[in-house]
Amino acid sequence: MTFLEVVFYVFAAVLIASSLLVVTVRNPVRAALFLVLAFFSAACLWLTLEAEFLAITLVLVYVGAVMVLFLFVIMMLDIDIAQMRAGFANYLPLGSIVALVMAGELILVMLSGEFGATELPRPAGQAVGYSNTEALGRLVYTDYVFAFEVAAVILLVAIIAAISLTLRRRPETRYQAPEKQVRVRKEDRIRIIKMPRRPEEKS
Amino acid sequence: MTEALVTLWGELPLLVQLGFKFGAILLPLLGAVAYYTLAERKVIAYMHVRIGPNRVGPRGLLQPIADAVKLMFKEMIIPTHADRYLFLIAPVLALAPALGAWAVIPFTDTLVLADIDASLLYVLALTSMGVYGVVIAGWASNSKYAFLGAMRSAAQIVAYEIAMGFALVGVLMAAGSLNLREIVVAQSGGLHEWFFLPLFPLFAVYLISGVAETNRSPFDVAEGESEIVAGFHVDYSGMGFAVFFLAEYANMILISALTVIMFLGGWHAPLPMAPFTWVPGIVWFFGKLAAIAFLFLWFRATFPRYRYDQIMRLGWKVFIPVTLIWITVIGFAKVFTPIGHWFG
Repeated sequence: MTFLEVVFYVFAAVLIASSLLVVTVRNPVRAALFLVLAFFSAACLWLTLEAEFLAITLVLVYVGAVMVLFLFVIMMLDIDIAQMRAGFANYLPLGSIVALVMAGELILVMLSGEFGATELPRPAGQAVGYSNTEALGRLVYTDYVFAFEVAAVILLVAIIAAISLTLRRRPETRYQAPEKQVRVRKEDRIRIIKMPRRPEEKS
Repeated sequence: MTEALVTLWGELPLLVQLGFKFGAILLPLLGAVAYYTLAERKVIAYMHVRIGPNRVGPRGLLQPIADAVKLMFKEMIIPTHADRYLFLIAPVLALAPALGAWAVIPFTDTLVLADIDASLLYVLALTSMGVYGVVIAGWASNSKYAFLGAMRSAAQIVAYEIAMGFALVGVLMAAGSLNLREIVVAQSGGLHEWFFLPLFPLFAVYLISGVAETNRSPFDVAEGESEIVAGFHVDYSGMGFAVFFLAEYANMILISALTVIMFLGGWHAPLPMAPFTWVPGIVWFFGKLAAIAFLFLWFRATFPRYRYDQIMRLGWKVFIPVTLIWITVIGFAKVFTPIGHWFG
């Protein structure tokens, strides 16, 4: 086994184990953290394919931003585990059917002959000076610029929709106006009075 | 003798060589962190017209060692109903990214552990993971003060990370590379070529966001001693507390190093002529790093703590628009104006 294979199997094992733990572990915060570990291992696997831009972006976007916000929400939830497990027996038949169907589909795809080491060989390594960041940038902003812009607009629409769904004007809320706070001068707030040192000096 | 040593070095297995290289970066870094804490106490003390620690060793120079020994021998208490494993792993998660990012920092033109292609992104990705240590510590402690600190810190770090990322986009547009070494090379030729002049708004945004990212005063609401005792690490004692401290100071040094690399010309002398070039590049690098690191201490001694809503307003409504506008300015200047070469 080469060094690269050892690295691959280590991270693949971590990836599979942590993905299993995401769905089996009881505590939702721990589940979210195992999902973080799964993303991280996936990024490491991409690194072995010399796709360093995609790998680092996966860590940057999903681990560094998306999962932090996820964790932020999950930590605020007050989840009663006993209550969640109450309906387990009722949902078991339907759940197992869905799981079996999904597993069957995956197995069919895997056995179709389109996957495997022979059909999808490891991509050939690039020359030393090759930068896949630059190559990806050129492709995204020239050949695929239309698809890229459409994706950006869809995301923008999603942002605006989410904001407009949650934005409520509440008349009772008192807002601060920072520009007014900043513009306050000393003369508006305090008045300096000359005081004599002793009462008798007043004359 | 030296030739024999060079051959011996070449004969060593790769992992042993890497181990030596890690040690050569991490041990001085940890030493620097220890003495940065002493420098902080001394600098702030003099700014307050006090003396600061002066009892342990000559002029207090052994104080960090005494602190480290004390913290190592203290008992580490795990609070009741705390999540034991997450409680213990949180300090490690805070420290690991702060140390890992040093792998790609170029100290001089040739002295860099891993000269990878996307090192700027690598640094950004790793520093964005530092927030997990804080968030997990706050949640696992099973304490409302720790939790409040974690919530504040998470919101703050996510907000300022965006401004920081956009500031770095400006740098990579000017340098035309994601590689930190090439970013420094793009700034060669003297003081006027350093990116802090053409990218001055981004330099200011990056430096201030760096202070906010490391939860330092005046943005230290995550600790907020006067409101939530010590925030996310209130329940940590002994080594756990020490590791959080290490992480905070290692992050400050890292942000200083990155500021130097991206805006202050890295290892380059201020002017490429005789008296300046006599000093080796690595001295310039560490000198600039120390100057930026000093700013962190100066800020702490000077500014009162920001109010929480004002931190959010500054991050989202001031810094992010400023960076977005300046990115457009850079693009416009590079393509359409005669001073485009100045922008990289």
